Formats: sequence, structure tokens, C-alpha cells
Amino acid sequence: MNQRNQFKLRIMNRIWLRISSACMLVALLSCSDYEQTVTTMNELVIQDEFDTNGAPNSAIWGYDIGTGTNGWGNNELQYYTDRKENVTVQNGYLIITARKESYQGSPYTSARLLTKGKFEQAYGRFEARIRLPWGQGMWPAFWMLGADIDTNPWPAAGEIDIMEFRGQEPSTVLGTVHGPGYSAGESISKSYTLKNDRFDTGFHVFGIEWTPKYVNFYVDDVLYNQITPADVPGEWVFNKPFFILINLAVGGSFVGSPNSETVFPQTMLVDYVRVYK
Amino acid sequence: MKSIKVISIRIALFGFMSFILSNCERNLSGDVEFARFSTNPEVFIDGFSSGLQYFPFQGSKLDAFSVDTEIRYSGSSSMRFDVPNFGDPAGAFAGAIFPDNGGRDLTDYDALTFWAKASQSATINEIGFGSDFGDNKFIVTLNNMRISTAWTKYTIPIPDPSRLVAEKGLFWYAEGPEDGNGYSFWIDELKFEKLGTVAQPRPAMFNGIDESVETFIGTNISIDGLTQTFNLASGQNVTVSAAPSYFTFKSSNVDVARVNENGMVSIVGSGTAKITALLAGVRAQGSLTINSVGTFVPAPTPTRNPADVISVFSDAYTNIPVDFYNGFFAPFQTTLGGAVNIGGENVIRYTQLNFVATEFKNPTVNLSQMTHFHVDIQIQEPINPGDFISIELGDFGPNNAFGGGDDSSGRVTFTSTSLTRNTWISLDIPLAQFGLASRNNMAQIFFISDATISTLLVDNMYFYK
Repeated sequence: MNQRNQFKLRIMNRIWLRISSACMLVALLSCSDYEQTVTTMNELVIQDEFDTNGAPNSAIWGYDIGTGTNGWGNNELQYYTDRKENVTVQNGYLIITARKESYQGSPYTSARLLTKGKFEQAYGRFEARIRLPWGQGMWPAFWMLGADIDTNPWPAAGEIDIMEFRGQEPSTVLGTVHGPGYSAGESISKSYTLKNDRFDTGFHVFGIEWTPKYVNFYVDDVLYNQITPADVPGEWVFNKPFFILINLAVGGSFVGSPNSETVFPQTMLVDYVRVYK
Repeated sequence: MKSIKVISIRIALFGFMSFILSNCERNLSGDVEFARFSTNPEVFIDGFSSGLQYFPFQGSKLDAFSVDTEIRYSGSSSMRFDVPNFGDPAGAFAGAIFPDNGGRDLTDYDALTFWAKASQSATINEIGFGSDFGDNKFIVTLNNMRISTAWTKYTIPIPDPSRLVAEKGLFWYAEGPEDGNGYSFWIDELKFEKLGTVAQPRPAMFNGIDESVETFIGTNISIDGLTQTFNLASGQNVTVSAAPSYFTFKSSNVDVARVNENGMVSIVGSGTAKITALLAGVRAQGSLTINSVGTFVPAPTPTRNPADVISVFSDAYTNIPVDFYNGFFAPFQTTLGGAVNIGGENVIRYTQLNFVATEFKNPTVNLSQMTHFHVDIQIQEPINPGDFISIELGDFGPNNAFGGGDDSSGRVTFTSTSLTRNTWISLDIPLAQFGLASRNNMAQIFFISDATISTLLVDNMYFYK
């Protein structure tokens, strides 16, 4: 079986389970003459399907709590907690909820989960199926940091943003890498915009496939960017284990503050996180 | 266990999947398709789309609309609208409907879109679709649309496309002069579209406020402030006024209150009921809680000799000419309501009272022979210690007109201890208590509560001797 067919079958497997939302996709795939090879790694290493109600699986997920330094370095406005009001698993979904409430001196609460010290891997295919929140000031992300970050501070440790999103741009996500000499405003980034659709009304798959030679970024069945060592104006630091983060930030320099029209609470729903090699 | 479940789902759904896949290769047989109205999404691209007509509003500048082949966004022509100057004898405003009286099936679309620009920055009062000079059953209005001198794309979302199976009203607008000055604006590429990005519906009734009212059997209350709000691809929220027929109303107690599809609430029994609404399955923000106190008890019928009475408002006497029972004085007045008919009785019912005036200046009234003012009032809410009702009379003085330095007014106040709830309070106030310099040119009666008392019934306002 060639790789393209494998991918197609894998997509089909997902769709058998999600038929109501995905039959359009099948129709498109089956009609399309052009099929892009999006992923090649299919050996599952770890997965969380979020099938057990309650707190997320502590063998996989830990939490960042509080406000960090300067709002986690981005002037973010929320206080992260691990309370069930902000993070819980219900009905097959990880639900991260951003609330407008005064808490420990912050005007909002939310949650940030990470696999640091629990699951770290170099290379592979990292993907999650997510429905995003909406509205000015919402900043959800599915991303990775170099596992040596405690001894090798950011940006040298490296960061791969598999998906970032601004609530005020409901049809657009960004995929980005940060490293030494190319971080923050100088990061290597590309956006992907849905045509006649948006990311807050249904689930979408966000993923990267990462090898020693490149990081490929994809959304659903569309490969929209490839970043190679030749694309970064500094050291290629994506050659060591990284851990996964999922969070929903409120405000901050990337997205701006919520305004009077931002509706709270807002939820980020994660259907699954899967890692392949 | 999970894998077994998955396999069974696959087997069960295999037929359905095959059906979906086969759909790509050939269309379904025509036998199974229902007849539909035209699904043509175009209104005006480079000319009138098939069936489109133009009908200006009465009183508008009839030739305000024209087809412009010079200025256009794309193609060969655009729609040009010339808003008249203030005082233009041709018409006070520009306004028209553009219907297709054959009807269109717009259920496949989620918005009316167009490109527009103007000769100056302006705010178009009302623009939308669904007006057909008939019932306007599914009228949608975007109020106060800002327009600039640069071509910009605008989106007016459809509150619930599934309702528009045979819509005639494809486009309408109404716009007056800006600060007295006319100007021109252009619209091009006017069409219905399936954007796929019109999302996060947030319908509302009473503009999202939870209202409550005390009332009687026989009263009708109109639900207003009906809106639908969507978030667009731009990230902007847009709110349109939506006709009642888009909503499904529900009464929690149909023995107390019922709602028809036009959003009219009828009070049919005593007790409480809460009116809520859904739009396309989404619960509307806002509600109306009704406390019906039962059968309406009219105010006591006056018995004074008509020869001794000058009546302003009473079914028992011939009333003088009255200009209005509610002047809606901007910007400080909140009071709504006016004369209503409850169970065959004419009464005045004010809501959200802070102050309100009844005016009768055509002509003013000479009260020199009168000695008292009579009025019956009823308060339909709990009376708190700080509550009061003041009654103020206004006399326009010898010049017989408002202002001019010769007006006089005076008020008499009734504090909470002299007020009782849900019963008629008959007041007979000697005119001398108002302390007026003149009462030969009487023109106004005010009720003032400074919002301490919200809902007030008034009947039998007359002067007597």
C-alpha cells in the first residue's frame, strides 16, 4: 500500500466515526483528481482520545498555574488554573474554558496543559482535532517547546507553534517556529485561511510532521507550509525532544485585549491528541 | 470493546457512505426533487436581475434611483442613489423597495452582500431586504450603516435562511439628508451569497433585556427589539433587526398569555407567564414576564354635570382637542405608552415612567371659571417608601404659546403614604394648590415620578367647578 493510500484510509477511519461533520470532506476527496500527500508517519506513539470524564489523564498532562512572568511573556491577561471550571474532560472532549471572573488579581481565568516531564519526543507527527473559540482577544494554541528549556532558555530551546489563532480572525490559523535569532516578531511563520468556513463552528485537524530535514504544517487534508533548516536565519534547534502544550490565552500582545463584544465564557474543545513516528 | 463498536458503525453506515460517494458522479433522479422558487441569487450585478422591480416609497424622491454606467465597482453599471437636500420639493428622503414578485428561494444563502461607496462619509438609516409592500413577513433591516468614499463590501446576514422559501423582497433602503445635505451613494454586485462564515448566532428580544409588566386580561403587548447578531469572517459582529416571523415564541402559561407569529402577546387570564423566543433553535436573549392581575376594573364613572366640566380625557364627557398624551420629549424622557383600549375602556397607560406630558394647545384652555382638577390613577407595582407621583399643570400665559417668559407651571405631589397599589386612586385637587400665575391659557398636564413608579394608568382627566 503506498503512502498516499494509507493517508486516505486513515482519513476515512476518522470519518467513519465523525460522519455527520465530515461527509462533505469525503465527497470532496472522492471527487478531487488531485490528492496531496500530507503525512507519512503512521505508527502511533501516544494518544489521548479524552474518553474518560473528569480531570485529564495525569500520566500525560500537567499544568502551568498562575500568570507566569509578564503574563507568560506576552502580557496575557488570564490566570491559569487546573480547576474543573477551566479544564475538564466531558463527553469525549477536553474542554478548556476561558472565563471572565476576578481571580487572584486577574480579570480572566483559563487553563494551559503541557506534557513536560511526562511525554517528550524528537521528530514525529503531532496532531490534534480541535474546535476553537471566537471573539476579540481569544488566543488558543496547540504548540511545543524544547524539553531542555529549563537549562537552555527560550528562544534557544526552540518553539514549534502547530496552531495559533486570533479570535477576531475566525477563518485563519498560523503555524510558526521560533529559535535563536528568529523568535517573536522575527519568527518563521505562515498562515492558513479556510475558504467559506471558519475554525469556531466545527472541528479541524491541526498537525505537523517533523523530521531532521523539515517541519511540515497541515490543517485537515491541506499541507500548507514546510520549514527547513535553510529557511531559518539561525541555528536549527529542532533536533531534540520537545513537549506539547495546549492552552487558551486571553489578551496579550499577539491578539490584543477582549472588548465589550467578546462573549464569555469561551471554550476550546479538543477531540484528540495523537503522536506518531 | 471500542473496536467492535467501530466495526458495527462501519457496517451500518456503509450504505450511506456509498450514497454520498455516488452523489459525485451523477445527480439524484429528478423525481425526488420538490418544485422550488427561483434560486437566482443575483439582485443587481450590471442590471436588474430577472423579475426585479423598483418601487419608491411614498414621499420619497421618486427619481432618487438610477443606473450609473460611469461609476461602478465592476462590470458595466451600478445602482446610484441620490439623497435629496432638506427641503427638496421632489421628496424629503430617498427610499425604495426592489422586489421580485415571482418570489425567490433564498434558503441556500446566508447573507445579502454588496459593494458600496458614497460621495461623502454618511450613515444610511435603513438598508436590508424582505420588504415587499405586503406583510413584510421576513423583513430584515441593518440600521445606521456607515458608508465612506471608498468601495467597501457589506454583508447583511439572513437571520434564518430556512424561512426564505418564497421571498419577494430582495432589497430595500431608506435614507434622508445628512445634516440637511443630500449626497449620492452607489451599490454594485448586489446579491445573496453562501458565505459559510456567518456564525455564532445570538438572537434577542427586547434588545436582550428581561422585561416584566403588570397588566390585565384583554391587553395586547407587542414584542419589540427583535434582533439577530452574527459574527462575520472579518471578526466583526453585525446586528440586524429581524421580523417577528423569524422567531418562534413560547408562553410558559397559555392560560395567562399567548403570542402569535407577529409577536403580539394577548393577555387571556390572570396569573404569571413568561414569554421567550427561539430563532433557528437558538434561545433569544431577553424575555417578557407578565403578571396579569385579572379582569380590568374601570375607573369610577364620573357623575358631575357636563356643564361644569372641561374634560381632557374621559369616556364620560366630550373631550377638548388634545395634541398628544405622550410628547416623547427627547432626550430625557423614558416614558413609553399613551392612550390604549382595555376591554372597551379608553385609558392612558404609561410604562417606564419618569415624566410625561399631555398637551392641548390648539387651542389652549381658559380655566378661569374652574376650581378643581380631577384624575383617576392606578399604580400596578409595589409601592416603596420613596415613591411619589407629581401632577404638574402648565399654562402658556398671555402670549398663548410655549415660552416667551409668561409661562407658569406648578405641581402637587403625592407621596407613597397616600398611594395604594392596584386600585383606582381618585384625586380632586383645588387648582389654587398649583400656585399658577395664570390659568387662562392652560396647555399641559404632566405626570412625574422620576422613575420611582414605572407603570401608571390614567383616566378621567378633567377640570371642574
